[in-house]
Amino acid sequence: MTEEQEQGKERAVVTVLGSDKVGIVSEVSNLLAKHNANIADISQTLLEDLFTMIMLVELDNLDTDFETLNQELEEKGQELEVKIMLQHEEVFRYMHRI
Amino acid sequence: MLFNTGEILETVKMIKQENFDIRTITLGINLRDCAHPDIEVLKENIYEKVTSTAENLVDTANKIEAKFGMPIVNKRISVTPISIVANACEETDYSSIAQTLDKAAKEVGVDFIGGFSALIHKGYTSGERNLLQSIPKALATTDRVCSSVNVASTKAGINMDAVLEMGQIIKETAEATAEDDGLGAAKLVTFCNVPEDNPFMAGAFHGTGEPEAVLNIGVSGPGVVKRALEEMPESSSFNELSDKIKRTAFKITRMGELVGDTASDMMDIPFGIVDLSLAPTPAVGDSVANILEEMGLESCGTHGTTAALALLNDAVKKGGSMASSSVGGLSGAFIPVSEDQGMIEATEVGSLSLEKLEAMTSVCSVGLDMIAVPGNTSAETLSAIISDEMAIGMINKKTTAVRIIPAPGKKVGEEVEFGGLLGTAPIMEVSDFSSDQFVNRGGRIPAPIQALTN
Repeated sequence: MTEEQEQGKERAVVTVLGSDKVGIVSEVSNLLAKHNANIADISQTLLEDLFTMIMLVELDNLDTDFETLNQELEEKGQELEVKIMLQHEEVFRYMHRI
Repeated sequence: MLFNTGEILETVKMIKQENFDIRTITLGINLRDCAHPDIEVLKENIYEKVTSTAENLVDTANKIEAKFGMPIVNKRISVTPISIVANACEETDYSSIAQTLDKAAKEVGVDFIGGFSALIHKGYTSGERNLLQSIPKALATTDRVCSSVNVASTKAGINMDAVLEMGQIIKETAEATAEDDGLGAAKLVTFCNVPEDNPFMAGAFHGTGEPEAVLNIGVSGPGVVKRALEEMPESSSFNELSDKIKRTAFKITRMGELVGDTASDMMDIPFGIVDLSLAPTPAVGDSVANILEEMGLESCGTHGTTAALALLNDAVKKGGSMASSSVGGLSGAFIPVSEDQGMIEATEVGSLSLEKLEAMTSVCSVGLDMIAVPGNTSAETLSAIISDEMAIGMINKKTTAVRIIPAPGKKVGEEVEFGGLLGTAPIMEVSDFSSDQFVNRGGRIPAPIQALTN
């Protein structure tokens, strides 16, 4: 992780899937802010009645490690009854860009 | 945003709903420097080398899993064929080396360790003869060790003495593990044209052309391919099906490449290959048979199945080769019966037979895989089944293999349950007619002519 931090390009995608309810955006962004993860971009849609929120977050100044943030987001998802996934942006770059 | 919502959701859906995962990350380790005439010293050397090289394998895999949100189902080790490593030993029973490998595998937390192997397509060395004799005991006294034997190649022909012996060894191995329905035979595979960098079990070993240590990746994803085909209109042509499969295989393979690159960086071990194989699991929806059925076959095994499989296998290779510059291993569609829910169902309804499977193996990866046959099947009949499969591989210049389980005490109509990824195998019928005289002739079937290709 340190090497990537030096390059200053460590980014990840947070995907939230589930039924819409009050406070999802704020709960998730608060948790991210608490760990110093900057939200670079955010989009929301309703897809086949499924609430979908996608955030691109910058993790350069993260005050914890990737696994812990992942774990906390998962727990937050259970609390809010939605599915939250944190994935490094490389996954999408590799899969969708040639 | 860098990626659009559709792309991100597609990836998330592949993982969450369509059983996409990295099937295995397999660390190959050279053990040739462990050789010693005293088997006790040899075992100490092996244990030390394996546990130190693989120390961080599971931890690295878990970190990658978290980073990419992508399950890595198995962590495995392959080693130099033990027939080579142990050749200098005075001791002729190598089964205790298997026990050492098993202990090392448990210590570092990997699911399987492969390489209790021998390459005897042209003939036996003393080490290989000892290893073969040790296989039944080795597999009966270990949990995680896998064994493989290459008995044929396009360049050398088929070593029919070895084929005959393998029939007996498979039988003995199944009987030695009778209380588990012959589970030992599920960890023993007989090859033609075996690849030296295959990450999948039971056939993985660390070939002699490989570096000191290497990371090989096996991807999965039949569920993803099936879903992609489901979304296409029924009127889609074969060209369109092939194109869709290629695109899907590309995406799947890219993930293998990413995981391989990342693991290689983290462990400071070179990245070897991505194996493009579509590997099914017993999970519903993760079946190669279901892909073939999605193309318009009522049940896998009916007429047209071989053609459908040929299209699938070729399209997977084309898409996959575009996605990675280091493709290797077995790379094709696997058709293991017990590990594929669709194959199990097709066998149960009577649409899939051993004969049809044999035909299918001529156009896809590997061969007769995870097939259970009646316990009273003779060693000679097993050898004859192996010889047929080796002939297909030898003539077609491809890898073929046989992993067959003569389940002790079981008859056609019953099934055996191996659990986990090995799944459930319905007992398949074999021919009642004898092949005894044929397989007992001895010698080699000569290597085939490479011209006049009709």
